[in-house]
Amino acid sequence: MIAYIVRRLLSMLPVMAIVALFVFLLLHLAPGDPAAIIAGENATPANIAQIRKALGLDEPLWKQFLVWVGSLLQGDLGRSIFWGDPVTILIAQRAQPTASLALTTLSVAVTVAIALGVTAAARPGTLLDRSVMGFAVMGFSVPVFVVGYVLIFVFAIQLKWLPVQGYTPIAEGVGPWLRNLTLPSIALGMAYVALIARITRATMLDVLAEDYMRTARAKGVAPRPMLLKHALKNAAVPIVTVIGIGVALLIGGVVITETVFNIPGIGRLVVDAIARRDYPIIQGVIIVFSGIYVLVNLVVDLSYTVLDPRIRY
Amino acid sequence: MIAVAADTSAKPAPSVGGWTRFSVFARRNPTIVLGATMLLFMAAVALAAPWIAGDPRLMTPGNRLLAPSAEFWFGTDHLGRDVYARSVFGAQISLVVGLSVAVVSVAAGLAIGLAAGYYRRLDGVVMRFMDGLMAIPAILLAIALVSLNKASVWIVIVAISIPEVPRVVRLVRSVVLTTREQPFIEAAIGGGSRNLKIIVRHILPSTVAPLIVQATYITASAILIEAALSFLGAGVPPEIPTWGNMIASSRLFLARAPWTIFFPGAALALVVLAVNLMGDGLRDRLDPRLARRM
Repeated sequence: MIAYIVRRLLSMLPVMAIVALFVFLLLHLAPGDPAAIIAGENATPANIAQIRKALGLDEPLWKQFLVWVGSLLQGDLGRSIFWGDPVTILIAQRAQPTASLALTTLSVAVTVAIALGVTAAARPGTLLDRSVMGFAVMGFSVPVFVVGYVLIFVFAIQLKWLPVQGYTPIAEGVGPWLRNLTLPSIALGMAYVALIARITRATMLDVLAEDYMRTARAKGVAPRPMLLKHALKNAAVPIVTVIGIGVALLIGGVVITETVFNIPGIGRLVVDAIARRDYPIIQGVIIVFSGIYVLVNLVVDLSYTVLDPRIRY
Repeated sequence: MIAVAADTSAKPAPSVGGWTRFSVFARRNPTIVLGATMLLFMAAVALAAPWIAGDPRLMTPGNRLLAPSAEFWFGTDHLGRDVYARSVFGAQISLVVGLSVAVVSVAAGLAIGLAAGYYRRLDGVVMRFMDGLMAIPAILLAIALVSLNKASVWIVIVAISIPEVPRVVRLVRSVVLTTREQPFIEAAIGGGSRNLKIIVRHILPSTVAPLIVQATYITASAILIEAALSFLGAGVPPEIPTWGNMIASSRLFLARAPWTIFFPGAALALVVLAVNLMGDGLRDRLDPRLARRM
């Protein structure tokens, strides 16, 4: 098992190397002078020269790539052009709000989605099943920011139940922290719930059609334990796979949600960097988020052995 | 796959009794027809925009933040611009970007996927590259591409297409890998067909049905990403009205003038819903194994 984990960790390296190569080429193969583009339209030649030097654009391409990969391996993502601070520090400073948002959304969305999927699969074809499936199609179709503004308008502006926007650090109390995260988590989780509910229902329907489920029913296993113990356990592997793949939705959605709800996280860092053309920040966040995505899916792979004892590595 | 091809060719042809056949098709495939109708309506609105709506850029400061009325159906925004006109013109960008991304990413993914699936030596390298590309969140990749270039509709289309390509490549490759083991491919090789001919004549047709389904989902996701990019200020040039930049520019006025956000938001949700409904319907029809499952 440990050998397998080490092997899988090593297999992350080529994927991350390609991410790094791609991000690098993006900047260097862009048409025109990247330094001039980053400097913006009102830049003086001195500004441009300064940026070119800061990004090391004077060196030959292969050398730039090696230098860049070398510093990446040391955990150095370069310096922000606007702030002048190391990108790793800027990201670390904003990690808490983003991690809070992602984790609350993940836990709530997975619970709700599995509950919805199992209930729908237990009574296929009924009004309840159809409503869950209808909700799933809607959840995919309404963008995060539209859901966000509707939630703000109804629950914050009209009903005044929850704050309009902002973030309270968890150190100032779990209550206020959760109050601020409630609406953003619902907005961000919508598409994720839809995705997981759909796959849960589909795999549950497959499992429920198996012979051993008929046997269980014939033996007189009560409906609830049959659904949760016999069926859901056997449906776990595909569901967990989709939870892992769907993390991409969360990572992309964080950027938008933080803008809608004015949460000072990593997503806001990127969005502010767009207008300032602060490319080292965008580049650094891509590397970090891609790394998280690859790691999450590695954990998902490893969880298969726990979920299904037949799978051995 | 052969059964699928036969199935699609049995679609109603516009001939005598075409209407009866259509109503049978509509009863069997309500989601395709509902989605297609909504989408055609939106496309008609987008095409007819110059005739059915006024100037979307006209600012009349005297008419700031007016509620919906007979004169301004969807109200006006904080610069006194007609929200109805802007919503109607916004449909153009969403549909153009959605369809273009589907065409570009399917074309690129098809070429790469056929090559990777058929020429085994290419496969390893290409698929590792695709794995890396898939690890990058689509919206961040698009932000990076757009922020490095001058804002234009073209760069937005390219930026949204690139992250969609690996998904197409994987799909095409898997179809090629199963098809190439079929006896008729062996027969074609034995008969002395050239590689290119085998790919085009014998393998390509099997990819059509799953690609149609995939293309509709790509369209839906492209429309959502375009709107998100416009909303974040990394989209098409801001003077072009889009649903995303309408919502972004009105967000400070949500409490006073919710219509400035709700109308473009609803239009966006309806278009994506229409495309997704079509995708679900097409998948159920073209892929019998998945029918009634998802």
